[in-house]
Amino acid sequence: MELTTVWFLLVAVLFTGYFILEGFDFGVGMLLPVLGRDDRQRRVLINTIGPVWDGNEVWLITAGGAMFAAFPEWYATLFSGFYLPLLLILLALIARGVAFEYRHKRPEASWKRRWDQAIFWGSAVPAVLWGVAFANIFRGVPLDADHEYVGGLLDLLHPYALLGGLTTLGLFLTHGAVFLALKTTGDIRERAGALAVKLGAGTAVAAVAFLGWSLTIRSSAAAVVLAVGAALALLGGLAAARVRREGWAFTGTAVAIALAVATLFAALFPNVLPSTLDAAGTLTATNAASTPYTLKIMTWVAVVFTPIVLAYQGWTYWVFRRRIGVQNIPQH
Amino acid sequence: MDALDVARWQFGVTTVYHFLFVPLTIGLSVLVAILQTMWHRTGNERYLKLTKFYGKLFLINFAMGVVTGIVQEFQFGMNWSDYSRFVGDIFGAPLAIEALVAFFLESTFIGLWIFGWDRLPKRLHLAAIWAAAIGTNLSAYFILAANSFMQNPVGFRINPDSGRAELTDFVAVLTNKVALVTFPHTLAGSFLVAGSLVVTVGLWHVMRNRGSADTGAYRFATKFGSWVVLVSSALVVLTGDIQGKIMTEVQPMKMAAAEGLYTTESPASFSVLTVGSLDGSREVFALKIPYLLSFLGTGDPHGTVQGINDLQAQYASQYGPGNYAPIIPVTYWSFRFMIGFGLAAAAIALLVLWSQRKGRTPSSKWLLRAGLVMPVLPLLANSFGWIFTEMGRQPWIVFGEMLTRNGVSRSVSLTEVLTSFTAFTLIYATLAVIEFKLLVRYARAGVPDVSDEPADDDTDDAERPLAFAY
Repeated sequence: MELTTVWFLLVAVLFTGYFILEGFDFGVGMLLPVLGRDDRQRRVLINTIGPVWDGNEVWLITAGGAMFAAFPEWYATLFSGFYLPLLLILLALIARGVAFEYRHKRPEASWKRRWDQAIFWGSAVPAVLWGVAFANIFRGVPLDADHEYVGGLLDLLHPYALLGGLTTLGLFLTHGAVFLALKTTGDIRERAGALAVKLGAGTAVAAVAFLGWSLTIRSSAAAVVLAVGAALALLGGLAAARVRREGWAFTGTAVAIALAVATLFAALFPNVLPSTLDAAGTLTATNAASTPYTLKIMTWVAVVFTPIVLAYQGWTYWVFRRRIGVQNIPQH
Repeated sequence: MDALDVARWQFGVTTVYHFLFVPLTIGLSVLVAILQTMWHRTGNERYLKLTKFYGKLFLINFAMGVVTGIVQEFQFGMNWSDYSRFVGDIFGAPLAIEALVAFFLESTFIGLWIFGWDRLPKRLHLAAIWAAAIGTNLSAYFILAANSFMQNPVGFRINPDSGRAELTDFVAVLTNKVALVTFPHTLAGSFLVAGSLVVTVGLWHVMRNRGSADTGAYRFATKFGSWVVLVSSALVVLTGDIQGKIMTEVQPMKMAAAEGLYTTESPASFSVLTVGSLDGSREVFALKIPYLLSFLGTGDPHGTVQGINDLQAQYASQYGPGNYAPIIPVTYWSFRFMIGFGLAAAAIALLVLWSQRKGRTPSSKWLLRAGLVMPVLPLLANSFGWIFTEMGRQPWIVFGEMLTRNGVSRSVSLTEVLTSFTAFTLIYATLAVIEFKLLVRYARAGVPDVSDEPADDDTDDAERPLAFAY
């Protein structure tokens, strides 16, 4: 396999990992005002992701770094072209990250309320915008022959992209609700499980519509299989959530997210950012790539370190595998 | 004002801001790990209290470093996309490796450390803080290797077809002599900040909280921090000296700009030397200037350091017409502020140690005041060091290879970059106030009571409160 293909796959895997992991973090953040009826309950929700959210976010930093190292043209065009959406994502991630750490640092209700809002909006904004961004990557954007983005902000906000945003919003909400049902006890667990089923039904409609629309834009046999798989996984997850098989429900939503991302990347290949104007502007895994020498070094680094990272990150989830409830929340 | 100017201001502001938090993260992670190791070894509760106390301050600061760091990685592509296209083949690799090798280690193990007090065996919990500290310090290496490529590009060639820089020798990039000396210099500068914070907080409690049962702990912290400051300032000077020599060799213009040295041969150029009119400052630093000239120059007291005008003429013939000198007052003053503020922190550390000699309790109001401003000094020194090193490289973004003005994103409008600059400035300013107040609040609160540490009792695991919760 060509190294450019390997790195296309790796970037896809990194974003997939990011959406699975930070997807439920975003979901938990958005469900904070819904499922957290009082401060203690809200603390339960936040503490389900407390030990892991930071490590989850590093998947994004690694995906961005991998894109920069392996496909500098893709990184450069995408990040400068999607300037304002990325700015909003950054501001959201800043407010949200600080909020987790600072929320419990003062006892005043007003203080906590403000950070709760930061967590909510800091989760909701990226949950929508990542869908908008990936829909645009998939559909293509106006690029000139130098691969420079020549559109404006409104060129990124069309119905297909908004449906993409709605899909990721729904997926992350459902995924988060399922995660909470898996990680909590008592009342929160019950309500999260029930909510997951409701959210999931709406999400399934949006996701099927979005993936179907996507496949009319560009498609491949593999992409069709993956899209069908994504839909089945989501439905399977919801069925499991209905009967309170929380582990399977979480597996279902996680696989659904993975296969949905895989559908997009599979149909996109070998393009990485199509141009809707000049065909010469289209970025591909070949013309956006670094030199074979750089890719070879990066491949070795990835081969050695990725298993190590997966091992210790997986171990962290095992260490904090225990469910938590209001009874576990200390006074301070 | 155009998009380029605003993009530069934004990069400068967000980077200097980010680096207000990074030194504490780098230094304090290790100092907290050392304190916890001392507790582990001796079983003395004093060290556990200090671990938890400084650990809290560390985490308040850590969060800010993390979230402002994401901006940095995105910003290359968002605002400097032509730069990213030009150097991506080389510059992206250390960034990706930094994330994969260092950031995962740091973020995962910091989570284990924060929440793992009762979840992990003691030994493993101790290992977690060390792993996080190693990750943090490792991350500094990769990002400094990337920065060093901008100062002294090595291990690459320019592809004649694409006009882009391509990696030819990755080992050369990682062992860039600028990176090898900047890494210890930056780490030492970071420990200077962390040590100063430890001193400040300890000293405040020693002097204001007399008779407290924890005075012994604070006294220890004050001495411990002072020694960290003294040792790291010695290392800063040592590595800074080597840096100066390397700079003279690879970026002579930066060295000349640091000294405001236009030319030693033409009296005329001395008369137009605007920095020269600020010569009153030289008396303030009178003791250090001869030292700097002998060590940072050629190493030979009679040797001549190349002047700005000569270098300008040389670069103009080499790279074509243009101004190849940085803004001299900025480099001249930032260089002196860096050194001055750093040494001031070391001087205070000496005073603090002296004031506590043979078990004395310091009482001087002035000492307390000096102690309170202490952490600000090395922070300023760090900021000015970066301002010097980055502004001194101008007009280049990659020295000798690409001008800063050619690296900016062409597709990002003035409105867009003004929007982001305003947004970052507002959110950063707000968070700075919040963070500072929290640090003060928790610093004043003092060491926690550790006597009610959850012992292994019979309480059902599912019912037991978490040792730590957000």
